[in-house]
Amino acid sequence: MDNYPVLIVVTPLLAALFAGLAAWIEERLSYPIALIGLAISTFSAFKVLMRVIASGTIQYRMAGWAPPIGIEYRIDLLNAMVLMLVSSVAFLNLIASYKSVEQETNDRAASFYTVYLLFVVGLLGVTATGDLFNLYVLIEITSLTSYAMVALGDRDRAPLASLNYIFIGVIGASFYLLGVGYLYMQTGSLNMADVSRILQSHQGSSIVLTAFILCMIGLWIKMAFFPLHVWLPNAYSYSPVAFSRVVAPLMTKVMIYIMIRLMITVFGYDYIFKTLHLSSAVVWLATIAILAGAIMALAQKNLKKMLTYIIICEIGYMVGGAWMGNQLGMTGAILHILNDALMTFAMFLAVGNIVYKIKDVDLSNLTGLFGKMPWTMAGLVLAAFSIIGVPPTCGFFSKWYLILAAFEKGAYQFAAALIISSLICAVLFFRVFEICFFNTDSKDHEHGNGHPQIKIEEAPVSMLIISGLVSLSLIVVGLFSGTIVNTIILPFLK
Amino acid sequence: METIISIKPLLAVLVSLLVIPVLVSSSDKPNVRESWTFIAGIIKFLIVLSMLPAVLQGKQIVLTLFKIAPGADIAFRVDALGMLFALVASSLYIITSMYSIGYMRGLKEHGQTRFACFFALAISATIGAAFSANLLTLYLFYEVLSLATYPLVAHHQDAKSKRAGRRYLIFILGTSIGLVLPAMLYCYHATGTLEFASGGIFTGQLSKPAATVLLLMFVFGFAKSGLMPFHSWLPAAMVAPTPVSALLHAVAVVKVGVFSIIRVITGIFGVHFLLSFNLGALVAGIASVTIIISSCIALTQDEFKRRLAYSTIGQLSYIVLGVALLTPKGMTGGMLHIAMHAFGKITLFFCAGAIFVATGKKYISQMVGIGKRMPVTMMAFLIGSMSIIGLPPTGGFISKWYLVLGTLEGDQMILLFVLLSSSLLNAAYFMPVFYKAFFCTEEESMFEDKIEEAPMMCVIPLVITALISFALFFVPQPFLNLAQLAVKGILGG
Repeated sequence: MDNYPVLIVVTPLLAALFAGLAAWIEERLSYPIALIGLAISTFSAFKVLMRVIASGTIQYRMAGWAPPIGIEYRIDLLNAMVLMLVSSVAFLNLIASYKSVEQETNDRAASFYTVYLLFVVGLLGVTATGDLFNLYVLIEITSLTSYAMVALGDRDRAPLASLNYIFIGVIGASFYLLGVGYLYMQTGSLNMADVSRILQSHQGSSIVLTAFILCMIGLWIKMAFFPLHVWLPNAYSYSPVAFSRVVAPLMTKVMIYIMIRLMITVFGYDYIFKTLHLSSAVVWLATIAILAGAIMALAQKNLKKMLTYIIICEIGYMVGGAWMGNQLGMTGAILHILNDALMTFAMFLAVGNIVYKIKDVDLSNLTGLFGKMPWTMAGLVLAAFSIIGVPPTCGFFSKWYLILAAFEKGAYQFAAALIISSLICAVLFFRVFEICFFNTDSKDHEHGNGHPQIKIEEAPVSMLIISGLVSLSLIVVGLFSGTIVNTIILPFLK
Repeated sequence: METIISIKPLLAVLVSLLVIPVLVSSSDKPNVRESWTFIAGIIKFLIVLSMLPAVLQGKQIVLTLFKIAPGADIAFRVDALGMLFALVASSLYIITSMYSIGYMRGLKEHGQTRFACFFALAISATIGAAFSANLLTLYLFYEVLSLATYPLVAHHQDAKSKRAGRRYLIFILGTSIGLVLPAMLYCYHATGTLEFASGGIFTGQLSKPAATVLLLMFVFGFAKSGLMPFHSWLPAAMVAPTPVSALLHAVAVVKVGVFSIIRVITGIFGVHFLLSFNLGALVAGIASVTIIISSCIALTQDEFKRRLAYSTIGQLSYIVLGVALLTPKGMTGGMLHIAMHAFGKITLFFCAGAIFVATGKKYISQMVGIGKRMPVTMMAFLIGSMSIIGLPPTGGFISKWYLVLGTLEGDQMILLFVLLSSSLLNAAYFMPVFYKAFFCTEEESMFEDKIEEAPMMCVIPLVITALISFALFFVPQPFLNLAQLAVKGILGG
């Protein structure tokens, strides 16, 4: 048996170490080291995904220790997909980051790359691990590194945003840890598969119920599920753009992944939907989250800030889908992990390009942008259509499953919230397009006059290519969503 | 039904999509760019035409591209109705491309490359919609068309076009996301398929109230069809350059709206299902109200293009009315009117644009005596308006004839009255324009007695479409056969 599963996590970890050390010798060495580390990681993730699709779940024992004592990596279709997603987004973002890091945090570039790698290690580890306590440790690695990254951003506002993030993040982690503690009390084990087996005979236990609720609250804080979202908008919008681009698509989505993992693998469908009767209540919460996120986004005057509220809205989609209690809903939620990560990534890549050129992305600064940055704007438009849910972009197809799930369960309020949020997103983005497209001195004019030739001033090519590729991938993933559902999601749910 | 698997429908859609990068790269060489537009347009038309013989033999051409979910793929199926629409749209695209050159260069418009690119995208989406095999694919192309048209409507990038663009989006995108999307998903939820079937997809899953609500969501949701009260985007969209108004807002966009309604009525609900609940009458009622009100409003409009827009709203409802009659002749007439109205109305829009290019006049009250200055244009106008009114010898007469027969067949005297009175109203708002253009005293005339037409590239297209309108009276065969074939397929031959 080869070591691809562990290579996914270990190479970026080693790269982080060497990138940090190399900076003592030569500052410029850390970027290529980071790039190589993530390239190997992405390649390994691809290998693992192909193997899991071909021959089923992979179990990898750390240092040969057998579970439940040793730590086990257990990679099935779901986390193979998420690993592939995380590693490739991190890799692509690193390519796009070279120029923006140079511009934004030039004096601390080496430390940026080191911490960036550690952050990615945390996300990958969280996704790969089959051990509940190991999961906690890795969540903390991701969180600690992201506090640091946020603080690297805007010199006036980022430190406070980061502090706020730390306080709430620590509370969330504590909830989760407490939940794991209760589980350990009941089962005496921390290995997910083991815990799940033991829990079969403790369905009515109030300790298990407490553990479940504590874990969920902890994760909801970490994923910014409304009304536990207050830390997110500032933290994500004041951090350096190279970091926003990776944290916005990945962090919350990985937290959703953990929630689904706990629901399906640890506590089990039967426990959540047959023993407990929380499904309708959580779907209602999700409905409120969707509407609240969308409405708060309407009130924003800054493009980056607006996008962070859309993330909160999208979290509602996935929580609602996962808690719908039917296969369609879970399919929609899992598909949306992929789709939302990609479209948020595409969106933030475009925003990154704009930030590179005009620094402050207040909506009023965006005039004439279609003329100035046509390629960037094309990427942004595609990402926006995906968020609105226009076929054939991928955002449409996850919405398709989620709405069907709501119809099947009879949760019409959830379906309505999805439609309304689509409409609000249309308003949000066309408001941006209008600012970018129309002349500021909006007088009626004669034909052929009054259109000064705007000079094209685009972002660097490395950023443009990545942004263009990811935006196009939205259409490709959308068209192949049937394939993704049939080869990854449905076999996983069976 | 015999089916042929072929890649042709995909090619027909892709041609104008693939030409977009070429257009962008030749943006500083206008003649090269325009040649590419032509080449793509002609290839597209030829591909569509090459499928005609098979369709006329009663075969269907199918192609499945992507499997999304059971019963809802992204797939093409070329049948008689789709063929009819695609033939109209792709042939008029070539003529409009020629007209665009004359118009856009004549007015020295800005952003001509952008204009050509989005035009190509829009026509791609139109053909895609025509060839869609199921509601999902149709919805996909419907949305792409909505979004591709926005930059065309807002082409002038000033305050007025911003307002028009906003209204356009609110009505078109708002209804398609807010009404069609949930209705479509509900259909899929209830039946597990979205495939257009000649008998409809429902087999007793719907009660009458539910069916009524669903039908209304579709009929109003496809707001491109301009049914009242979701019509007001169309007059507003007249701020767009005239080629857009001509091809998109008289042919492609609006007819994708009515085409979608026809597909839903015939392929999703099914004629027998609607007859059993008597829901055809409901749609026919909405269409009748739209016909009468819009014709009355058209009488009051002084801006030429706005008058044409209200006329279009009324004429679109003819098509809906014909199909909602659910009788063989009525449906034939409705489908035939897609083609007949297209050739007539595009002529009228070309005339409006030509007058604007040549004289800068937008208002009918300023066009007294224009017949002496632009006789060719105004003669074409006469033929176009006769076709819209439904007078022989023009193509419009044939479709109206079938519509009238359809009302008699269904014993719908009120609808017959609606059709006839609307024809009178059509005459009342078109004939004065023509009359004033030629028959006025020397003092009244606002133009010198000297012939000075618009650029050739503007005049030739409108002469061609006028001649086609005229010829269709004598040779309506391809369209008439297609419409009859489509109806036979729907009602089960």
